Amino acid sequence: MGHSAPRYAVLDGLGDSVAATLGDRLLATRFTQGEYCFTVRREAVAEALDLLRDVHEYQQLMEIAGVDYPDRAERFEVVYCLLSLTKNHRIRVACTTDEDTPVPTVTHIWEVAGWLEREVYDMYGVIFAGNQDLRRILTDYGFRGHPFRKDFPLTGYSEMRYSEEQGRVVYEPVKLAQDFRNFDFTSPWEGADYVLPGDEKSLGGPPPTATPKTTDKPSDTGAGAAANKEAAKPSENADAKEGKA
Amino acid sequence: MMAESLQDMTVDGLVEQDSTSGDLEIQNYTINFGPQHPAAHGVLRMVMELDGEIVERIDPHVGLLHRGTEKLIEYKTYLQALPYFDRLDYCSPLAMEYSYVLAIEKLLDLEVPLRAQYLRVLFAELTRICNHMLNLGAHVMDVGAMTPNLWLFEIREDCLNFFERASGARMHSAWFRPGGVHQDVPLKLLTDLADWLDTFPKLFEDSMSLVVDNRIFKQRNVDIAVVSKDDAVRWGFSGPMIRGSGIPWDLRKSQPYDVYDRMEFDVPVGTRGDCYDRFMVRVEEVRQSARIMRQCLNEMPEGPIASSDRKVVPPKRGEMKQSMEALIHHFKLYTEGFHVPAGEVYVATESPKGEFGVYLVSDGTNKPYRCKIRPTAFSHLQAMEFMSKGHMLSDATAILGAIDVVFGECDR
Repeated sequence: MGHSAPRYAVLDGLGDSVAATLGDRLLATRFTQGEYCFTVRREAVAEALDLLRDVHEYQQLMEIAGVDYPDRAERFEVVYCLLSLTKNHRIRVACTTDEDTPVPTVTHIWEVAGWLEREVYDMYGVIFAGNQDLRRILTDYGFRGHPFRKDFPLTGYSEMRYSEEQGRVVYEPVKLAQDFRNFDFTSPWEGADYVLPGDEKSLGGPPPTATPKTTDKPSDTGAGAAANKEAAKPSENADAKEGKA
Repeated sequence: MMAESLQDMTVDGLVEQDSTSGDLEIQNYTINFGPQHPAAHGVLRMVMELDGEIVERIDPHVGLLHRGTEKLIEYKTYLQALPYFDRLDYCSPLAMEYSYVLAIEKLLDLEVPLRAQYLRVLFAELTRICNHMLNLGAHVMDVGAMTPNLWLFEIREDCLNFFERASGARMHSAWFRPGGVHQDVPLKLLTDLADWLDTFPKLFEDSMSLVVDNRIFKQRNVDIAVVSKDDAVRWGFSGPMIRGSGIPWDLRKSQPYDVYDRMEFDVPVGTRGDCYDRFMVRVEEVRQSARIMRQCLNEMPEGPIASSDRKVVPPKRGEMKQSMEALIHHFKLYTEGFHVPAGEVYVATESPKGEFGVYLVSDGTNKPYRCKIRPTAFSHLQAMEFMSKGHMLSDATAILGAIDVVFGECDR
């Protein structure tokens, strides 16, 4: 039976028909967990969304989500979540960008995009070309930086408090009484990407020694000369076995 | 002194001062509505440009309650992040958790036992009643009536008591969990709920009878902020806002989750798309929610209340004391947490305020890589200027009341 998340229409061949509509605007199609995600060229994102609305009946833009992948060449992904009221279906359209390259606005297609683009700009610093009102929206007046970038610290840089002496609200650099603790509970045996203290010894093979101890022969017990001497003596059992053979 | 100077002024003097002669030119003026205005439903600041009392322009400033929830979630395991959702829309906490747990379950492809599905639907609908009690009451009070709000709060109090009996917390329940619910409910709670479903409609209908046909209430709401179907779609409306405009769109009906496909209920729609329609849609939704709850109580089977997948759902304490394996699972789940396969999903449910969505990106670790929350209020509040233009200043409170905005959710 599987999960019980919202079930909507299953459209066979949607990927092909959208690919036919979008043509060379489409870069990649992903179909995971029953959801389509179409990656389009950045410059063509407005045209692509316009086509999807008019040809494929995706009437509503529900959300624009920014995602930050610092390792990629174009680190930001802007994801548009579309909803079709007539076909009862959802798709996502994504494009990538970096700090400086603007993404075309879609405010002329959907008014709702205005604030959604402002939010992505505020949180990630993605610029939307053509958005007439690209102000910050969620952060404080006079805020600097883009807080949802992965390299922005969770604690931020400045904190605000009411100062009794000055009789007003003051902004100060963040002073942590205790270091920020980010516990990593991932199991060290299952894909943790760091080395536990002491484990570095095991990485480069056995430690080098001047005279490596070997146990190639029965007389090399590895337990010292006295034991070797004892081991070199032929055992009584071995004699008995040889005698029988 | 002011009076003297006015008396000293002659008509000739006025004409001399104003070269245009006749009427003085009146300039538009700008006021701040909020952030401490009680009708702003929280910390909304609206910069309004008024021509007399007519609204010319509204610039809503949101974000005064921004706490960076989405960023905080990236630093928590999937289970630790759950209580943040209670604190989004603190008027309907369980409806917020709903989208999140369904998103996780979709990524894990985790099956939820039937009883848990019924329990979640039951309490999601109780949350809807709870939320609408607050909103309907506040809306009525925004346009000048006092009594219904007091009566509806009595019903809301009953709802909160039920939440407390189920989860231990009146508001921030953290009761929906990936794989089911946290704890089973006692039988007495279910029977009490059934009794309450028979008694609360009387108080509710009484209080509604005070307003729905009230002349003043209609004067303040009918034909205020009329939104056409096309506009509702382009502004990204959802929930009672889009239904108020006449589009029968309800995610519980069209994209059913859990056992909503087994429920019989009607989707109310408005005819004119004004504030009165949005109000009446919510009134009818309360009745329909009660109907769904009755069906849940009638049909709810016995059985487990959470998935038996021990890699996701922690064992109960009693089991943990007996079994070594359960102890290990318990330890692992409450330190490391469960790993969610890499992938991304957008899951949206019908919260009392509209479509509440969670766009969850997992990179295969025990923490979400990105959790984008789609608040219902963001698109509705953005349309505030478009809806209020040309209306009076006092209508802005009615429009805001009919949006049903809560800033914990809007600002995140």
